[in-house]
Amino acid sequence: MSGFTAHVGTAAPLDQANVDTDQIIPKQFLTGVTRTGYGKHLFHDWRYLDLHEQQPNPEFVLNQPQHKGASILLARENFGCGSSREHAPWALDDFGFKVVIATSFADIFYANCINNQLLPIALKSAQMDELFNAVAADPSVQIAVDLTQQSVKVNQHQFHFDIAEHHKGNLLKGLDAIGQTLELEDKILQFEQNAFSWLR
Amino acid sequence: MALSLYDKIWQAHVVDQLGEDSLVYIDRHLIHEVTSPQAFAGLNEKNRKVRAPQKTFATMDHSISTRSLALDACGPDNQLQLQTLVKNCQQHNIELFPVGHQKQGIVHVIGPELGIIQPGMTVVCGDSHTATHGAFGALAFGIGTSQVEHVLATQTLKQSKAKSMLVRVDSSLPTGITAKDIILAIIGKIGHAGATGHVIEYAGQAIQALSMEERMTICNMSIEAGAKAGFIAPDETTFAYLKGREYAPQGEQWQQAIAYWQTLKSDEGAHFDTIVTLNAQDISPQVTWGTNPGQVIGVNSPIPAPQDFSDPIERESAIKALKYMDLTPGVKLTDVAINNVFIGSCTNSRIEDLRAAAQIAKKGKVAAGVTAIVVPGSVKVKQQAEQENLHTIFIEAGFEWRLPGCSMCLGMNDDILKQGDRCASTSNRNFEGRQGRGARTHLVSPAMAAAAALKGHFADVREF
Repeated sequence: MSGFTAHVGTAAPLDQANVDTDQIIPKQFLTGVTRTGYGKHLFHDWRYLDLHEQQPNPEFVLNQPQHKGASILLARENFGCGSSREHAPWALDDFGFKVVIATSFADIFYANCINNQLLPIALKSAQMDELFNAVAADPSVQIAVDLTQQSVKVNQHQFHFDIAEHHKGNLLKGLDAIGQTLELEDKILQFEQNAFSWLR
Repeated sequence: MALSLYDKIWQAHVVDQLGEDSLVYIDRHLIHEVTSPQAFAGLNEKNRKVRAPQKTFATMDHSISTRSLALDACGPDNQLQLQTLVKNCQQHNIELFPVGHQKQGIVHVIGPELGIIQPGMTVVCGDSHTATHGAFGALAFGIGTSQVEHVLATQTLKQSKAKSMLVRVDSSLPTGITAKDIILAIIGKIGHAGATGHVIEYAGQAIQALSMEERMTICNMSIEAGAKAGFIAPDETTFAYLKGREYAPQGEQWQQAIAYWQTLKSDEGAHFDTIVTLNAQDISPQVTWGTNPGQVIGVNSPIPAPQDFSDPIERESAIKALKYMDLTPGVKLTDVAINNVFIGSCTNSRIEDLRAAAQIAKKGKVAAGVTAIVVPGSVKVKQQAEQENLHTIFIEAGFEWRLPGCSMCLGMNDDILKQGDRCASTSNRNFEGRQGRGARTHLVSPAMAAAAALKGHFADVREF
């Protein structure tokens, strides 16, 4: 997996709190056995007027021409809540999103994003307002995200975001997390040998 | 230094400290058909093996039929996913409880009932309701598929320690109030994201008095408050439940285990980042009115209006929820008609849940125009219920009696609602479209669901 350092793109503003993973990718699309092909079903219930995905809902943000090609998704509190389905970041990534910026994220979804090189950025509510305002004023406005500097820039604004050191490291280097852990084989083995007999 | 139960379990599982992060050992891993195929594919691509197959257990639950034992009953995609699980478990030597097996059932029902999950363990599953197992004083949490692959390969996960929250429910529970009402009241109080970044320890007189089944209902919905995990310190109730179960320690090991388990409680003066208290006497039967589990009220309270919420985000959410749910502020839920009832899910499909629902069901008939289904959580639950003749009560009252599985909680099989249907459901999520596109879900306890089935609208179970 290649690393993530920075990204510049336009944003789609999904001005909602508590967007759950059932909305991001509904259950009828979870029957796959691969990690690919979920983008066309992203936000299915909101994005299409019909079950067969033939009639786009013109009111939904991803169907609006001014947001076509957006690679950054904006949202509000508690984005990605609910089900642990990793199909949610797979669908966002497959659709073309590289970054999700929201007021806050549900824990499992956040970890799933990191494991898929999709950068989740939590900003303060007032900073989110600035981003939503900037995109409302000019849908073609470029938002520049720099993971190394931990910054988001739009127009004259620049916001700093926090990210755990290990999450940042994994994103920057695109490391094989399992390969890294397997290098600690001796320690894992030692732990197992010291475990209670009924746990072995 | 005074340690919390979380501190104790955490410290006992740190394999290595990696900067701010810890490599944490995972004692038990549960898998099912939906979130595991890509993990096994990842292992196979890199020629990796499962490190400790004896610590992983597999079942079929999410995408199976509740009317037929045939794997192809819900179409070729579901069938392929189920067959993939069979193949992966065979290849990697993992014990699987497939459809038709005596030990099959919902992953969060069978883990406890087989005695696989025990106090002090770390437990993960590619499923957000894994916190259910916290009822045993285990640290149990849901993970994504990449993490499932990591656990299969290494039996560990890289984790940062979460913040801790103590939720204390004082006093004793009034008659007619259940564990489901407690947890919905907690979520209503702290909000749908109120415990994000935290693990919750549930304590207090009302919690200690609960049975294991009831404790599982509480811990199950920790994720609906945003928590990573939720648990209850093990005690005599826990030990009595586990004793003699197939996968629980036996003989000498049982004695050693009990001695250790008795140390698993928060010390006096242990630190919690957040403390929340409720009085059980204040809790009435709960019903959700909105599209997240925090949008909940007592059955006799009027449906709130958007202007009742001072927070602008909550107000916006309320407007959207009322529209989706087609509800009018000020109206009482006892005046809202339903046309579907679902009794089941990892929250409320255990034997005590079915007994509670049957107690109500035997007092009448399912109202005209209402479809009501009862889906036991496992083969063992189903058999126990049939021994007690609960199925006869349900069937005679007009409920359908189905085969075990996740069923209409998420509708990955054919148990789905239609546009505009309104359901009293014992499951855990009332999200838009969760039980079917355009369908409306109200979360309630099993007794409240049965009462709604008989009345055709929500009803206060205390009046039955």
